[in-house]
Amino acid sequence: MDSNKTLEIGLPKEQFEELDRYIGSLKIDKEDERRTGYLIQVLHKAQHIFGYLPVGVQKFIAENVGVPHSDVSGVISFYNYFTTVPRGKTRISVCMGTACFVKGAGKVLSEFERYLKIKNGEVSEDGKFSIDILRCVGACGLAPVVIVNDKVYGNVTTKQVGDIMALYINEEATHADKK
Amino acid sequence: MSRITINDIQVEVFKDATILDAAKEVGIYIPTLCHLDLEQFNIENKAGSCRICMVDVDTNGRKKMMPACCTPVEEGMVVKTNTPEVVEVRRTVLQLLLSDHPFECLTCPKSLDCELQALAKKFGIYEVTCTGKMSTYEIDHSSKSIKRDLSKCIMCRRCETVCTTMQTVGVLSGFGRGFKAVVAPPEMEPLTESVCVFCGQCVNACPTAALTEINYISDVWKAINNPNKKVIVQTAPAVRVGIGEEFGLPAGTEATGMLTAGLRRLGFDAVFDTNFSADLTIMEEAHELIERVKKNENLPILTSCCPGWINFLEFQFPELLNIPSTCKSPQQMFGAIAKSYYAEKIGVKPEDMVVVSIMPCLAKKYEASREEFIKDGITDVDYVLTTRELAQMLKEAGINLDKLKDEEYDNPLGESSGAAVIFGASGGVLEAALRTAYEWITKKTLGNVNFKDVRGMEGVKEATVDIDGLKVNVAVTSGLGNARKILTKIKKGEANYHAIEIMACPGGCLNGGGQPYIHGDTSILDKRLKAIYSIDESKVIRKSHENPYIKKLYDEFLIEPGSHKSHDLLHTQYFKKNK
Ligand code: SF4
Ligand code: SF4
Ligand code: FES
Repeated sequence: MDSNKTLEIGLPKEQFEELDRYIGSLKIDKEDERRTGYLIQVLHKAQHIFGYLPVGVQKFIAENVGVPHSDVSGVISFYNYFTTVPRGKTRISVCMGTACFVKGAGKVLSEFERYLKIKNGEVSEDGKFSIDILRCVGACGLAPVVIVNDKVYGNVTTKQVGDIMALYINEEATHADKK
Repeated sequence: MSRITINDIQVEVFKDATILDAAKEVGIYIPTLCHLDLEQFNIENKAGSCRICMVDVDTNGRKKMMPACCTPVEEGMVVKTNTPEVVEVRRTVLQLLLSDHPFECLTCPKSLDCELQALAKKFGIYEVTCTGKMSTYEIDHSSKSIKRDLSKCIMCRRCETVCTTMQTVGVLSGFGRGFKAVVAPPEMEPLTESVCVFCGQCVNACPTAALTEINYISDVWKAINNPNKKVIVQTAPAVRVGIGEEFGLPAGTEATGMLTAGLRRLGFDAVFDTNFSADLTIMEEAHELIERVKKNENLPILTSCCPGWINFLEFQFPELLNIPSTCKSPQQMFGAIAKSYYAEKIGVKPEDMVVVSIMPCLAKKYEASREEFIKDGITDVDYVLTTRELAQMLKEAGINLDKLKDEEYDNPLGESSGAAVIFGASGGVLEAALRTAYEWITKKTLGNVNFKDVRGMEGVKEATVDIDGLKVNVAVTSGLGNARKILTKIKKGEANYHAIEIMACPGGCLNGGGQPYIHGDTSILDKRLKAIYSIDESKVIRKSHENPYIKKLYDEFLIEPGSHKSHDLLHTQYFKKNK
């Protein structure tokens, strides 16, 4: 592993080691034309580890999967799910797929924005919360859908936004107490 | 085989052929834009994104409009390529493309060479009726070589195919989605932040002015008009077999004499030849080759004339930095000799001399700016113009190249052998080196100077040359995808060569990123190639070491190949570039 790269972007070495182990476990043949097929799952893992996918992480993935950096960056730019800027500790994602949109996801989004005083795509000043939008997550029966970190909330109304937020604001507070 | 009918003509084609292939077979023209077929190099861009090639298709009664460039033929298909509906659809496609294209044709560098403009003319689009959002982007001027203006990009992805599939550099790729999608380096960073090697093959592939060269014409005019400067010019081997095309002469016209005449009309103080310094390169490189083969050390030796390939090495194979020849390229050797030996001879201070190069290449612009080639504030080469830029300058000055009477190069840096001109084609540098190395090793005259095995457009050529019992294995490769294969072999220790020539552009400099546009017609390259070898044939002197002015240069100045002075002026080193 190129330690320069980790220093350059100031991300913990352990996180790169974890990603390195994961890519190693996939046993990718760098001469196999199908190696690009691994890209999405590696990006998922990396985003899970680092929280986001800055250029240093992208180049690390490119080198270790054996594809040009432009491919990695291109795939990231194509999917809304991936992000190249840090997100909040608590990430609020509002689905904007057709079904959710029709069922009022736009209003739900505005309510989150109003509540947290940040816009879609932004992170709160303390780094605790961020809001983004997702394209259809495939749970149209529950529209409108909001995902907070890994938890899915269905049939969300603007009225529930405060309740949902209360859960996480409290959680943040308890965490802080423990420390 | 499948049989189909196109415009009532029956045609039989291979199963995996497209409708476009079948139409070509029977001489029916279907317009294309995103499609690019570099047949010679087995590279095809089949993005299917522009839809200008739509045709009417009837497959067993199922009627549909389909894009001809990427629809495979099916037995019994009935195709119509020019019904009123088809023409109308194509006009709509053009309207949509033009609705998001800047109207700058009058001042666009690609004007009259733009494939989109040509189609608009062909379809009589005199008014754009669709209006809507326009995409605007900042222009990327970051490099010395390539200008990127994404507002003129039509998303054909020809550049991406060339950069990623043919050259395996992988700088350009689709980024983003929907209306905001672009073809750009990773994270839309400027080119200088990427691993771009400035080969310019993407510029040659781009149908519009989204990718063009960085233009130095006005700097050169300024230099010429400055009475305090001695402005001299050198011309690369491949320029003379390309420039005629810009003046309506048939491809493959040998325009050496017109070229020198034209340069003199422009007002250069002396007109010299990069071929002279190509001969000089051979003196130094053959010397190095023999040393290394004799000691059986640090082999294979790789040629170092092509700055695109050197960039590729520095980015992609830093562990092999020690194997290329340490020789500077002919362009840089010329500058170094002009500003020392020649400057002294004519009593001009190096700082009062301006060296302009005419090159078929965009990487040469970058090369001239490398720090290693600037000593005490003096650069070997000051400005690099492409073949296309020179044509532009001549046109500005009202000089019709095709009407000029042949003239000769000036001396002492204008004389060259046949071995020098072949530097312009893939295989030429190696062949030239062999001609000299053979005679130096054996001390005998080489009867047949033609090493035909290393000539031609194939991506990889191999040969074993018998030099008085010494078997020398050589390889020649052009196109960076092919180079990557050979370099990987060397890295793994699987290659058994003594010498390898590598050129970044497929086919060599005659297909450089600065040559007149061929718009996908690779048969033009064959004609340039023929012209190169015919110039070689026509020369009395065909070996570099027999060039009398080269001999004189060593007698008067350099002493001998590999001397201290040679090393100081004519050799260089390579550095790892971070990916
Ligand atoms: S100049 Fe060559 S390496 Fe650079 S982007 Fe174009 S094709 Fe790719
Ligand atoms: S830059 Fe040129 S070649 Fe590349 S996608 Fe755009 S129009 Fe096509
Ligand atoms: S040329 Fe066929 S879709 Fe562009």
